[in-house]
Amino acid sequence: MTERPDGVLRAWTSCGDEIIDVSPAAARGVLQWLRDTPGQEFNYLVDLTAVDYRDPERPLEVVYNLRSLHRRADLRVKVPLDKSQPLVVDSVVDLWKGADWLEREVYDMFGVTFRGHPDLRRILMWDTYAEGHPLRKDFPLRGHFTRAEQTRQALAANPEAHYSLEELSLAEAYAELPEDVRKRLAAGQRGFVP
Amino acid sequence: MSTRTVEWTLATPSVGPDGRQIRVPLGLPSPAPDGGDEFAERMLINLGPQHPATHGVLRLVLELEGERVVRCIPHIGYLHSGFEKLGEYRHYNQIIPLTDRTDYLSPMANNVGLALAAEKLMGITITERCSVLRVIACELSRIISHLVWMGTTGIDLGAFTPFLWTFYERERVYNLQEAWTGARLTTSLTRVGGMMADVPSGWNDQLRDFCRSLPKTLDEVDALFTRNAIWCGRTQGIGAIGKEEAINYSLSGPMLRASGVPYDVRKDAPYLGYDTYDFDVPVGEHGDVYDRYRVRLEEMYQSTRILEQALGRLAGLDGAPLNVSDPRVILPPKSRAMSDMEAMIFHFKQVMEGVPAPPGETYLGIENPKGELGTYFVADGTAKPVRWRIRPPSFINLACLPRLCEGALLSDVIAINASVDIVMGEIDR
Repeated sequence: MTERPDGVLRAWTSCGDEIIDVSPAAARGVLQWLRDTPGQEFNYLVDLTAVDYRDPERPLEVVYNLRSLHRRADLRVKVPLDKSQPLVVDSVVDLWKGADWLEREVYDMFGVTFRGHPDLRRILMWDTYAEGHPLRKDFPLRGHFTRAEQTRQALAANPEAHYSLEELSLAEAYAELPEDVRKRLAAGQRGFVP
Repeated sequence: MSTRTVEWTLATPSVGPDGRQIRVPLGLPSPAPDGGDEFAERMLINLGPQHPATHGVLRLVLELEGERVVRCIPHIGYLHSGFEKLGEYRHYNQIIPLTDRTDYLSPMANNVGLALAAEKLMGITITERCSVLRVIACELSRIISHLVWMGTTGIDLGAFTPFLWTFYERERVYNLQEAWTGARLTTSLTRVGGMMADVPSGWNDQLRDFCRSLPKTLDEVDALFTRNAIWCGRTQGIGAIGKEEAINYSLSGPMLRASGVPYDVRKDAPYLGYDTYDFDVPVGEHGDVYDRYRVRLEEMYQSTRILEQALGRLAGLDGAPLNVSDPRVILPPKSRAMSDMEAMIFHFKQVMEGVPAPPGETYLGIENPKGELGTYFVADGTAKPVRWRIRPPSFINLACLPRLCEGALLSDVIAINASVDIVMGEIDR
């Protein structure tokens, strides 16, 4: 690198892969610099994910795998997020549209908020999922709730709880829904698990 | 499918820049400037998750204006199984059965992808015979995955006959797979440092027969589709995406190459000695459904070429070792484990403790039938990964679907969705 952008904490390699660590505040700027600077041209976002370490003291890391299709070179950018602070990093959807669903997945699985994402909501888990973020290390393999509680909730759930608003608007049986449910839907409220 | 005219502003909850919940309008509720109630003409259609043309439990909410799609909202997650979480509780070899179940139309290639990443992490160099067999596994997977794609896409667009031909050929590969691994679908073929089993005797001849007859079937499919007026009308210019945009959307595999980007992991970041094989990479120019079809069809011919070369190399490697000769990585034969003290200790340690990987991390992408299948491992020195991430090619390709469907006709959504070549086991993981 001729001119090194601010915010790069260190550059290192592991198993032959080149990696740089970048501070959260500078992450988006560095990624844009890597994409647009001649000689770097990392124009392809291979993957965007996160890592939560078993050591609870270690920061959670958001990982960007970049590739330059012209230069046939790969680079991994890691952004450590201190777990005692809110997990927030700037969205890169405006740089790479492919980051849209990948950031939603990281939000769903790790609870990282991407500032500026146009539509940040859960993607693999359902909207009313209340147990937390499954890929965090403090999330037990079988979930936070007991199996009995999970079963009880599934059995006691409102029929509309699993439907999103747009789905219910399609239902032929809308007119037959109870009055209070229709009121809540008209007010834009979602179903909930009691 | 059930339809109903929309009467109120639809919204979905979302998280705003400051972390608070906000509501994002689903449609475009602004009234037309001339005062006409344009929004009332819009219609929502729910497609899936139990619709055969969505190729799995994919649900699409489509907002239509007449027959034209204004907006397409995919809903996924119905098949979410938490594979990545499960992998953190398993030894590297124990993860291999999970990879069978991600992209279940090409299980052998997934097994290879995981084993290669674990070997890169541990610094293991596999034997020549092992890499030739893995190339065969990858290319067979590519062929069966593309055969399924071709048959089902034909059905989606109203052509039934090629479906029967492609599934007949696929059945023959499944027989080969069954003879090699004992399973038709859940192959679990590889192990870190080697393979679960060598090919049985006589298997090579059956594969050679298959390589001879497959191109004939492909020629017949080619004759029915490529210059067929109905097929061309349904696919040409449909769901087109340009070069720059395809890169921006991180598309990979046939989706990327159909848009004219000549990137193939086998050529540009070779693994398993793919750079020593003689094959061509088809590249499209229009990035529409038709070009994706042409790319996939040609890839099957090229895979047959690679298989023939690999068979030639395999004949020269008769009797060569299959697995690495490291007793800490590869299980000893059962007979030795039962009769030899040292072999028994190694057997015990591997089964009970697994194979530890040194602290570090690695990403390795392979060219799967659907696109680039990446495996990202973070290790902390124990026998279980801290993080096992699959870079799911069809998840990332599907994320582009709303863009491809914009302005398309409802009937084209079926063609576009088929052309992405999704498999929900991998998207939801």
